[in-house]
Amino acid sequence: MTASADVTAALQGKFPQIAPRASGDHPAINVPLAEAPAVLTSLRDEHAFDFLVDVTAADWGVDTSPRFTVFWHLFSTTTHAYVRVAADCTSDTEPVAPTVSDLWPAANWHERETYDLLGITFSKHPDLRRILMWDGYPYHPLRKDFPLAGIDTPLPDLEVGDLTGATAKPAPMMGGPFVASAGEINLTDAEPRAKDESWTERREKPASE
Amino acid sequence: MATEHVFSDSAAKVASAAPAEFETEKMSVAMGPSHPSTHGVLRLQLELDGETVTHCDPVLGYLHRGDEKIAENMTYNQFVPYTDRLDYLAPLANNVAYAIAVEKLANLKVPPRCEAIRVVCCELARISSHLLGLGAFAMDTGAWTVFMYQFTEREKLYKLFEELTGARFTTSYTRIGGMSRDMPEGWTDRVLAFCEQFLPILDEMLEMLTRNKIFVDRTSGVGIITKADAIAYGLTGPNARGSGVTVDLRKDRPYSGYEQYEFDVPVGVTGDSYDRYLCRGEEMKQSVRIVRQAVKNMPGGAWYAEDARKIFAPRKDKVLTSMEELINNFMITTEGPQMPAGEVYFEAENPKGALGFFIISKGGGVPYRMKIRSPSFCNLSILPKVCKDNLLSDVVAILGSLDFVMGECDR
Repeated sequence: MTASADVTAALQGKFPQIAPRASGDHPAINVPLAEAPAVLTSLRDEHAFDFLVDVTAADWGVDTSPRFTVFWHLFSTTTHAYVRVAADCTSDTEPVAPTVSDLWPAANWHERETYDLLGITFSKHPDLRRILMWDGYPYHPLRKDFPLAGIDTPLPDLEVGDLTGATAKPAPMMGGPFVASAGEINLTDAEPRAKDESWTERREKPASE
Repeated sequence: MATEHVFSDSAAKVASAAPAEFETEKMSVAMGPSHPSTHGVLRLQLELDGETVTHCDPVLGYLHRGDEKIAENMTYNQFVPYTDRLDYLAPLANNVAYAIAVEKLANLKVPPRCEAIRVVCCELARISSHLLGLGAFAMDTGAWTVFMYQFTEREKLYKLFEELTGARFTTSYTRIGGMSRDMPEGWTDRVLAFCEQFLPILDEMLEMLTRNKIFVDRTSGVGIITKADAIAYGLTGPNARGSGVTVDLRKDRPYSGYEQYEFDVPVGVTGDSYDRYLCRGEEMKQSVRIVRQAVKNMPGGAWYAEDARKIFAPRKDKVLTSMEELINNFMITTEGPQMPAGEVYFEAENPKGALGFFIISKGGGVPYRMKIRSPSFCNLSILPKVCKDNLLSDVVAILGSLDFVMGECDR
């Protein structure tokens, strides 16, 4: 934690709103979202963190506010240190974060991925399209309210979908055959097993309601 | 009467007589997703002006399996086999990177023997991955022989892997805090024997390419990535080092005892496809060096951390005789190993670059969020820039030189 305090102290002169963030390893700081690009620029230009390792985000759950936190990991190719920068998104329903793709071109794809999987819009991003899922896919799969099995959606190729009537179906044995549950529940419930065994590859899914 | 021949005015002549501002039409070509040079299922949506690429838009996701979502829904132990399927050309290295990341979260220290075995695993995986990268690269640029040579060598490596882990391909060898088993008896001797015979063959392979006019013409000066670009685009591994970025996590942030071994980090000068090839060739030799040192100084003792027994599995004999251990075993299987809450990020120097795991834990046996930073994904992000204004045939050489694997890129 002291390392986090050091980085915080070094930056606090310029950005008084920075606070150290609890971290299991590298120094980490919390910054207000709007200041994130300025802090990252300062880290890059004045503190030798010249390498953007990763941009990602976490969804803390539908009922949590702030719901989304964006993370940046920086690395220094000279001092070989890491730093983690985290910023909470202000909106829980339509999260927006500032892009850093003008600072590091590497951020371009990372931000596209974060947008694709978690639905965080990066303002002023030059080319914010989905990257892993197909264009026109309606959901953001890494959000906590998206089920592991998936949701019935039209095929990427609508023409094929129209002709065959096929859709991208949720995975049977949803939850997987050997999935344990997290959290404090009783052992019987937590035992790894298919959570919903009413339908499988062989048995049709019962019509809901 | 001699007939007048129109042959004197050939088509070429007519074409050259055409006005210079002859309008050309740009052509859009989809290269992939099942093109032999895209090494998996990558699609490059190219816009061509004649044979010159004017715009390149990589389309990913054909192999997206939602590994991060899956990770959030299973225990730490259960995720080990999924790491095999990231960079499926170096599963052992992925296993080790994942294990170290979780150990960091659990604050677990593994004994020296375990670390040394992991180093041997990582370096053999690096050789295996670079061999395939090299062979495929050579094949893409028209040299078939190297591919056959390297496959023979990889087969020998796979035999060693099979003996060590029980599987040739999807090894799942590491456990949190240890390995699934110790090395079999005499295995290290066979590793040394492999190294012994491998070096001359490697030299022979490199000899076929390094001064081969066709290969040099196809790769030298093609796909130049400057040092500044390599850093700005987040390139890691041999791709970054080929551009002169002296970053190697094994040296810069040693893990698993890499600081004990002597090895050099090859670095390129011009950053073209040829330099990246040279880096990989040299790295294999350095890997052999590391393997030899690790095997020579292989420490004795336990190959798993004693504390880790309550994380991956209690001893089988104790499970059968002791009630506590039986309950413990059951708890590990059902609820997963109990981890402290926290956020850790660890990345390891994998064959393709820095493979990172960012784990957010809220405690309990299941990660709350796990982000996999895949080197292939980052390395490919430079494609639009590096392919632009190159010939279509050079795109093949550039792809080969970047040595990516889509299983890891798409996760």
